[in-house]
Amino acid sequence: MSGAPAIALERVRKEFAKGERRVLAVDDVDLAVEQREFTAILGPSGCGKSTLLNMVAGFEGPTAGRVLAGGAPVDGPSPARAVVFQEPALFPWLSVFDNVVFGPKTQGKPAAEYRAGAAQIIEQVGLSGFESHYPAELSGGMRQRVGIARVLVMQPQIMLMDEPFGALDAQTRSLMQELLLEVWERHHQTVLFITHDIEEALLLADRVCVMTARPGRIKKTIRVAIPRPRSIEVTTSPEFNRLRAEVFALIREESLRAAAESARAGGAR
Amino acid sequence: MPRVLRAPWLLVLPAALVALWHFAVAERWIVEGIIPSPAQVLDSWYTWIFGSAQATLSPYSGTWFDNVAYSTRRVLQGFGLAAAVAIPLGLMIGWNRLVAQVVDPTIQLFRPVPITAWLPFAIAVFGIYDASALFLIGLGAFYPVVVNTTHGVRDTNLLLLRAARLMGARPATVLAKVVFPSALPSIFTGLRLGIGVAWTAVIVAEMIAVKSGLGYVLWDAYYVGRMDICVATMFSVGLLGYLSDRVIVAAARFLLRWRTLEAHE
Ligand SMILES: Nc1ncnc2c1ncn2[C@@H]1O[C@H](COP(=O)(O)OP(=O)(O)OP(=O)(O)O)[C@@H](O)[C@H]1O
Ligand SMILES: [Mg+2]
Repeated sequence: MSGAPAIALERVRKEFAKGERRVLAVDDVDLAVEQREFTAILGPSGCGKSTLLNMVAGFEGPTAGRVLAGGAPVDGPSPARAVVFQEPALFPWLSVFDNVVFGPKTQGKPAAEYRAGAAQIIEQVGLSGFESHYPAELSGGMRQRVGIARVLVMQPQIMLMDEPFGALDAQTRSLMQELLLEVWERHHQTVLFITHDIEEALLLADRVCVMTARPGRIKKTIRVAIPRPRSIEVTTSPEFNRLRAEVFALIREESLRAAAESARAGGAR
Repeated sequence: MPRVLRAPWLLVLPAALVALWHFAVAERWIVEGIIPSPAQVLDSWYTWIFGSAQATLSPYSGTWFDNVAYSTRRVLQGFGLAAAVAIPLGLMIGWNRLVAQVVDPTIQLFRPVPITAWLPFAIAVFGIYDASALFLIGLGAFYPVVVNTTHGVRDTNLLLLRAARLMGARPATVLAKVVFPSALPSIFTGLRLGIGVAWTAVIVAEMIAVKSGLGYVLWDAYYVGRMDICVATMFSVGLLGYLSDRVIVAAARFLLRWRTLEAHE
């Protein structure tokens, strides 16, 4: 099904219920990500970004609505929709190399098929020489790079990235952003990239969806018509600055609205 | 603290205790004839280990190795049996809700019954044979291993389970490649507690349910008034328990080398 969008959310709603407590995390989200498109989702903390991504990954089902991948309903995780988690979820008992090849190895591929590719990807993410280290012996940024490498090695059609650089220092982060741009330039995977960093979203994505505060909805979608290939330099271009101002205004408007709403809810009590 | 400085400190307390013991006997702070002196114990222990079976009058002469072998074999068999049952069972209890509902309440109901309370039952069912001892040792070691394994499985990081499933792992693979290694530190905690219980159980069992091993010697020596042998037996059991624990710790260190162990140094 080449015509269907790579990912489609149709009127998706997600409510967490535990006894009396109910949290409406995501409400009425419609979103279509075309094949080979890089889409960023931008929203404040707690607005339901990870929840959205978990549904696309197949870890959780929606309370209402449908989540489709390539036109077919998502019913569980698949190597075709690989996830880079918000915190790097590495296997602490495996070396860097064994973590990176966990996917192909588990899928029963012969070692000859993935070894060379894995070594190359480890080099790309700047971890050469650390192949036999354990995750506990790495810095936070290195761990996150292992998390990215193990996804790249699976050559997924779709990459779901949940604030993958959120915990990194500014320097490492911009290096990782450039790495991701480079990888995407080469493979043009479909990417759903979650972040709360405006510049990161604009630098990387073809399209930025700005979410509302919880319950998360998509407030507005903005096309980023900055030509590719991009590098960190585009962040100083006039077009980039115009977009940044536009998104910033949207987010500011949203946080003011959310603050006013919670003040009103507080007063009513 | 630098390593060189640690060794002498290690010996301070034991040396003080032995000195206290020596003077308590020599200066008659305690009633005479009940507690043997350290020198007496050492002497008897030496004969017990190295004495020839014919040349001396002591019936214990030269029988130490045999009795240590009896007890050690029972501990290893009972403990091995317990681990072989408890680890897979603990994995299943932690992994599968149905298994937990069916099996776990029963285990928790039996667990408070001390192994000493099982003695009459064991002797009635298995007689004064090895089977009685193995039953008691195995049962005693079973509980800490099964409980800790279950706990370790339930503690597995959800993100790791998700990551594994995402990368194409089927449930059996997730259990073997993610849940098991993740539970391994807990399993080792259970094994360490279990081997301790196993040594307790072997002494209890040998005092009553069989006619060989260190527990048998202990009780027998008490009956014939050989307190020196009693004390030597206590030291022997302590030493063996310590050594077996060190073996498990060494195995854990090796298998869990992925953890940065600096925090444990
Ligand atoms: N398993 C869960 N059970 C109950 N509530 C949950 C669960 N997961 C998320 N929530 C709630 O849903 C809301 C959205 O959470 P989510 O993790 O999606 O936020 P987020 O946008 O990813 O935030 P951040 O940027 O801080 O990662 C939060 O209010 C959170 O409390
Ligand atoms: Mg999140």
